[in-house]
Amino acid sequence: MKSLLSILAALLLSACAAPVLRGTGDLGIVIERASGSVAVVDSSAKSVLGRVEGLGDLSHASAVYSRDGRYAYVFGRDGGLTKVDILERKIARRIIQAGNAIGGAVSQDGRLVAAQNYQPGGVKVFDAETLELLADIPAAYGDGKQFSKVVGLADVPGNRFAFALFDAGEIWIADLSKPREPKVTKFRAIGSQPYDGLVTPNGRHYIAGLFGEDGLALLDLWQPGEGAKKILANYGKGTEKLPVFKMPHLRGWAVAGGRAYLPAIGRHEVLVVDTTTWQELGRIPVKGQPVFVMARPDGRQVWVNFAFPDYGQVQVIDTLEQKIVQTLSPGKAVLHMEFTPRGEHVWISARDDNRVVVVDTASFAKVAELPAQNPSGIFFTSRAARIGF
Amino acid sequence: MKTNRNTAWAPAAILMLLTPAAVAADPSPERARELVRMVRQDCGSCHGLTLKGGLGPPLLPETLREKPVDSLRYTVLLGRPGTPMPPWQAFMNEAEADWIVRQLMQGFPEETR
Repeated sequence: MKSLLSILAALLLSACAAPVLRGTGDLGIVIERASGSVAVVDSSAKSVLGRVEGLGDLSHASAVYSRDGRYAYVFGRDGGLTKVDILERKIARRIIQAGNAIGGAVSQDGRLVAAQNYQPGGVKVFDAETLELLADIPAAYGDGKQFSKVVGLADVPGNRFAFALFDAGEIWIADLSKPREPKVTKFRAIGSQPYDGLVTPNGRHYIAGLFGEDGLALLDLWQPGEGAKKILANYGKGTEKLPVFKMPHLRGWAVAGGRAYLPAIGRHEVLVVDTTTWQELGRIPVKGQPVFVMARPDGRQVWVNFAFPDYGQVQVIDTLEQKIVQTLSPGKAVLHMEFTPRGEHVWISARDDNRVVVVDTASFAKVAELPAQNPSGIFFTSRAARIGF
Repeated sequence: MKTNRNTAWAPAAILMLLTPAAVAADPSPERARELVRMVRQDCGSCHGLTLKGGLGPPLLPETLREKPVDSLRYTVLLGRPGTPMPPWQAFMNEAEADWIVRQLMQGFPEETR
């Protein structure tokens, strides 16, 4: 009788098909921009686990993660902020928080998620658990009646967020120690048309790239009293700019081995700068206008993709030799790249081929190919643990 | 295919070059599909896939209604100095730019797959 019961119990258990417990450290999402969905992917199995749909307009969507690595916060162009449960592969919460949004970041303590908006220009801060609005920081400038598009939002230590005002040429630091009472420090006249920003992986320096002039604005967050200063000023040396068919993106991944690798604007070059002196060390000619310039997590390689019309190729810089060592053609319209947490593979989205290609970063061989609908951004949960995201 | 940005506005020369834009000749269906994709996907990097705007302004009929067609066509072909708008003339001719502008003003077609 007892053994019969245990057999019955075993049968019942297997019939329930209880979900297998697993972590999220090797999971991620791929934005499928035209269909408003994300594919949940497993970077160990190199497979698509499933899809979550109904996320709205995902052109230029980006994602950050809750610090437990379970939820992705996806920022859509239409102002949608969707909290996606990547384990259960469903939408946990979704709000429309602005008319036109561009990205966001999670606070140091993991309790806040901030969104940067073009329309209405500003930053909104939400409870990461409930998505309740806690703070609204309009990016008012000039006479106070105009609002700037906000770019380059990054989390920085001290539960603060740094961001730049495209139309105003300012960098703001918002201290959210008291989430409902943000304290904003403004750095004015930092340069013309900041288009994106990054914080270095140690959280010390915030850098805004400038579109309206040659150079970048640098702020030492350990010594904010010193103000923002210009670095790599006049890198174009007055020569005519090439057209920029897509804005480059900056994030802390650009720093490797005491050097930052930054996209030039209107020049087919990657600028190399010393992160101690902030002086230019050199520049590396590349195939096109760089969009993402990303160091492999160990810093030995820097991978570069390009704007239209050169976006069929990806180039790899060897950081010891300071030169291009590989040029790959992974597919049509390469929009984004993401390294596995320790960098043995890189995932590359080829929008017009409807696929994501996984490449071994040592041999440059293709190790897998996954179907995806017009894939753009690829975001792995390892971002949850990084300053700046 | 690379082109240098036209930094100097030379309105007279531009007018002479571009005024007789072919309004009549629509692109072939195949080329039209390419142009629709280019506008949705590549212009969409800045203006949004739905053309409701981003770093660049919205390109919806109601936002373009007041603007002269000629100036919109020149903006597409030559870019707009002082802003991030680049010149697209290496990738389309005048008639195609004119077609794109007319489609934008009417409500831009969706991509067909």
